[in-house]
Amino acid sequence: MPTKVEGWKDEAYGNEVRERIYEFAEEGWESIPDDEHDAWFERFKWWGLYHQRKGQESYFMMRIGTPNGVLEPGQLEVVADVADEFARGPADNPEFGGAVCDWTTRQSIQLHWIKLEDIPEIWDRLESVGLSTQQACGDSWRNIVGCPVAGKDKNEFIDAWPVAEELNETFKGNDDYANLPRKWKVSVTGCSEGCGQGDINDLAFEPAVKIIDGEETKGFNIRVGGGLSRKEPRLARSIDVFVTPEEAPDIAASCSALFREHGDRDDRFNARIKFLVDEWGAEKFRRVLEEEFVDGELRTAGEDLRDEYTYNAGHNHDDGEGHADHVGVHEQPDGNYYVGLSVLVGRMSAEETRELAHLADEYGSGEVRLTQRQNIIVTDVDSDRIDGFLEEDLLEYHSPEPGVFMRGSIACTGTEYCSLSIVETKNRMVRYGRWMQDNIDVPEGMTNFHTHLSGCTASCAQPQIADISLRGMKTRKDGEPVEAFDIGLGGGLGENPQFADWVEMRVAADEVPGYIRNLVEFFAEAREDGESFRAFIARHDEEALNGLVEPEETSYTDPYMHNTKMTWYPYAEDDDMGSSPAPTNGQGEPLPSDD
Amino acid sequence: MVTSIHQLDDGAWVSVNDSREVNVSDLWQLARSDICDCDPTDFLAEGFVEVSVACGRVEARIAGQCIGCGTDGVTDWLELGRADPDTGAFRSVVPSSVHVPDRRRRLAAKE
Repeated sequence: MPTKVEGWKDEAYGNEVRERIYEFAEEGWESIPDDEHDAWFERFKWWGLYHQRKGQESYFMMRIGTPNGVLEPGQLEVVADVADEFARGPADNPEFGGAVCDWTTRQSIQLHWIKLEDIPEIWDRLESVGLSTQQACGDSWRNIVGCPVAGKDKNEFIDAWPVAEELNETFKGNDDYANLPRKWKVSVTGCSEGCGQGDINDLAFEPAVKIIDGEETKGFNIRVGGGLSRKEPRLARSIDVFVTPEEAPDIAASCSALFREHGDRDDRFNARIKFLVDEWGAEKFRRVLEEEFVDGELRTAGEDLRDEYTYNAGHNHDDGEGHADHVGVHEQPDGNYYVGLSVLVGRMSAEETRELAHLADEYGSGEVRLTQRQNIIVTDVDSDRIDGFLEEDLLEYHSPEPGVFMRGSIACTGTEYCSLSIVETKNRMVRYGRWMQDNIDVPEGMTNFHTHLSGCTASCAQPQIADISLRGMKTRKDGEPVEAFDIGLGGGLGENPQFADWVEMRVAADEVPGYIRNLVEFFAEAREDGESFRAFIARHDEEALNGLVEPEETSYTDPYMHNTKMTWYPYAEDDDMGSSPAPTNGQGEPLPSDD
Repeated sequence: MVTSIHQLDDGAWVSVNDSREVNVSDLWQLARSDICDCDPTDFLAEGFVEVSVACGRVEARIAGQCIGCGTDGVTDWLELGRADPDTGAFRSVVPSSVHVPDRRRRLAAKE
């Protein structure tokens, strides 16, 4: 029997929901019928609006989908202005202030504390410069990810940006693919470094070459069924298919139509395509695709480039291979430079964002790009202006040359706003990063060390593909419940992608930095000559890793050990759930309670 | 009035009459659970797998793990609270009190 969510989607979903959002916004929060909240908030997601968690009723997270992370000249400043004016809540965040932009692991943008009444004005402003929130959430084509410097990378095999752009144009707002059984995440990679992270996507285009009619043809191999959520991580599996760039929209349509028709609409926990691939196997998937959804015969896969992948592959940066992330100064094929800035946990204030937009205009083309490591890249900087750009004050904190521990840190939204999370995340990861930077000696040659902190098993911070994987948990300390983490080791991508082994469970949050310090020190002593951290972990089995070093309290202090989920906002002076001002009206004033 | 219940956002919370009432991340004290031999099982709720309602009594099966021993699993039916049949107002149980998962099966629609 189809789920209730499917029933709501049958009644109204996709493009048609927009008009209702306008009506609700015009009439105010209270115009949404009380007994239709759940249905409408499920539908709102399709338009990039996610109702914030308990205690924050009437406020929304707004996600802006930027395909491949590309923000064209002029767009970033509008994002900054919108955040400054509309993304302010009843209380400020002590680390970041009152209006922030989050760069996400899917190269999108998230704003918080958005009021329903402001949405039409925000859409007007975003859409006036070509930005959109359409399908940023919900059961459809999500923001398409890829190598964030597509078209500007010296190691590029094929320019994937036009492909991603065409897929976005084809499938955004396309009613045939608007209502899928679940989310549909697509990655397009064109570089030889593997920056698109295709392995963890529902549908992945991976660079490949094939002899067609006697000619060497560049294109993509197809993989399906990757993803990290729900303690059920899967790497995307090859279905032995090669397509040319021109054929990409057709095969994408076929794959998503197969998902639409055969995905599980009776059980949302089993709905993602990865479970269908589990059930069918890649061979049957290919056969059904060819028989029911493709005109003609599919080509077999071409020769891929996976043995060249360096992105998040666990190499030391001075190995002389391709890049592991996009931080730093890199020459483009046209002689200009792109400069990747490390943005700790992907969050910048509206003011910083505006400043960056101005700098991108002043020194580059005005274009910026978002990465899947929550960082931001300024492209097209003239070679004779690069030094001036690097001396700008903003780059002192959001640096192209950050310390190892700051560079590698990623965190999801967490209990600050998210219903799913078990623990506080972003502020904690900021504190972890600073402490590690100040208190852990970096082993010789270690230029990459990834710590991914996710608040729950949804895995939005992609914890399974990090050197240090942190997943939100609880434990008791001195008898009292405290926020904690399961710790995993050894994850990463590259030629041989590997999910982390979970080796230390339920570690109190204030003992995690001590564990990491002890582990890094042990690594420094016990590593073989020049061995990378990932290689070091890989040569120990799970049993050996378990208990390799101990968690411990250190000088690190953690102000978020209590149950932050029980607060209306973890950083409010009076954070008690009963003190929440929500729901509020269009002016942010508390609405009278029904009680 | 009919009590309307939904389990939403990947089982992150349970809605009762379109109001978010029960979240993941609470610690539930379970006696005689099938999860593990701890007494009581100190159970972290990580996701609501199924929800049901009968005569205003809202119940769920919860995925999670005992933070004492680390065993994970899905509970039998646990009472989350009661919805007033006249006003719809929901009164939650206190998770940190001791609860006994109930094996009785009922007419529950899978969500």
